[in-house]
Amino acid sequence: MFNSYLENTLQYYPEKCINCLMCIQVCPHGVFTGGKEHVELKSPASCMECGACAGNCPVQAIEVESGVGCAWAMISAALKGKDMDSDACCCGEDDGCCQ
Amino acid sequence: MNNDRDTGSCCSSDSGKDTSCFITMVGLDRNISPPEIRKTTSVITFSDRFDHILARCGVKREKHIVSPGIYELGNPTPDSSVFVSANYTLSFDALRNSLAGIDCYILVIDTKGINVWCAAGKGTFGTDEIIYRIKWSGLDQIINHRNLILPQLSAPGVSAHDVKRRSGFKVEYGPVRAEDLPQYLRTHTATAEMRRIRFTFKDRLVLTPVELVHVIKPTLLAAIILYLLVGPFAALIAVVTAFTGTVLFPALLPFIPTHDFSTKGLILGGIVTIPFAVVVATNSMINSAMSPLENILTALSAFLIPTAVIAYIALNFTGCTTYTSRTGVKKEIFRYVPLMALMGGLGLLVLIILGISLIEVI
Ligand code: SF4
Ligand code: SF4
Repeated sequence: MFNSYLENTLQYYPEKCINCLMCIQVCPHGVFTGGKEHVELKSPASCMECGACAGNCPVQAIEVESGVGCAWAMISAALKGKDMDSDACCCGEDDGCCQ
Repeated sequence: MNNDRDTGSCCSSDSGKDTSCFITMVGLDRNISPPEIRKTTSVITFSDRFDHILARCGVKREKHIVSPGIYELGNPTPDSSVFVSANYTLSFDALRNSLAGIDCYILVIDTKGINVWCAAGKGTFGTDEIIYRIKWSGLDQIINHRNLILPQLSAPGVSAHDVKRRSGFKVEYGPVRAEDLPQYLRTHTATAEMRRIRFTFKDRLVLTPVELVHVIKPTLLAAIILYLLVGPFAALIAVVTAFTGTVLFPALLPFIPTHDFSTKGLILGGIVTIPFAVVVATNSMINSAMSPLENILTALSAFLIPTAVIAYIALNFTGCTTYTSRTGVKKEIFRYVPLMALMGGLGLLVLIILGISLIEVI
């Protein structure tokens, strides 16, 4: 209840993993943890879909629909009649949020 | 020293064909001489600090930039480390300040004056730009090794194995925070703590000036209109609403119950606006000619509209945080924006009806 962040698009295929540990290095939320033969998903609900792990996994053992969780960008895209995912972020625009 | 440090030649990688294609693709002239190497220091001057304040307030948004290229910090040798940074003064200055006493090179890429995290999300702190800057700057002529140290938060935009394949340079991700770099450099390994992103009170507070700047114009306009139509009390509600959404909300974020930003905003908005609503309901300071029922309806508006606005500002704060997923934000929008619209709309409708009935009385 009142938690919209319990589910996300992160998919992990352990059978493909070569245990290079790159995902552990790049994930800022400690979603992965070390394992014997392959890494384990420790806290998948903490994933913010930044895409760092998927982009740096050399064997495509991770998939995620990455994007920026910015309500302003999504609402303004919807208001312009565009797909909500089309305006990834408002950063850099005159009224951009990111500093 | 890192045992994995890559000292092989760029040309020994499997990147030869890719690199040629890339040089052609970006139109680099192979015979052009590399840009000059600039010098920098770790000292943050008064004018740097002033620039940081302006950047934090969103003043001259596009002016806080550093020229892309190679910078020498201290007296580096061809074996010195190379750090990669964004061409945004806050990112570049945090890096050079943390590297005090370390002789190294800094490769500044062009992120259009956007910080590392946001630029990585947009893809401007990305694989292509890094490879382009390596070639453009002639980095392989300057150093003996083939190692780059990138901020961990650039990882969403960069594919380390792609950089290696296409340029021969090995990407090593440093810690999340530049201040951890000296400790990181001792072993070239980061602790789990160094790899985790935090969103501390200070991190949240530095975001508030730019948030305030965003709402200042509409708030002043609303305050003036409300002052003229209703009086100073209504103007005060407008100012408090903007302050609560842009300053109080980020400051109190972890202490407000529930996980969703919208519900946090509704809770905080309710707490802040209830006193105003009570004053309006029990006091005839808005208009002494109003009946008790009209007072209560006005109080309902004084509760519903600011609460909805605060919740909306709170929802939009998702874009400034470092832990809201796009899936979750989308869910929040579908769940709570209709409720906010209903609350705001109902409040406005009541005010309009009251306004019309008052005009009729007069
Ligand atoms: S997408 Fe980002 S937050 Fe999610 S698991 Fe991968 S690196 Fe971690
Ligand atoms: S990056 Fe990919 S291959 Fe490497 S440990 Fe993570 S899942 Fe396994």
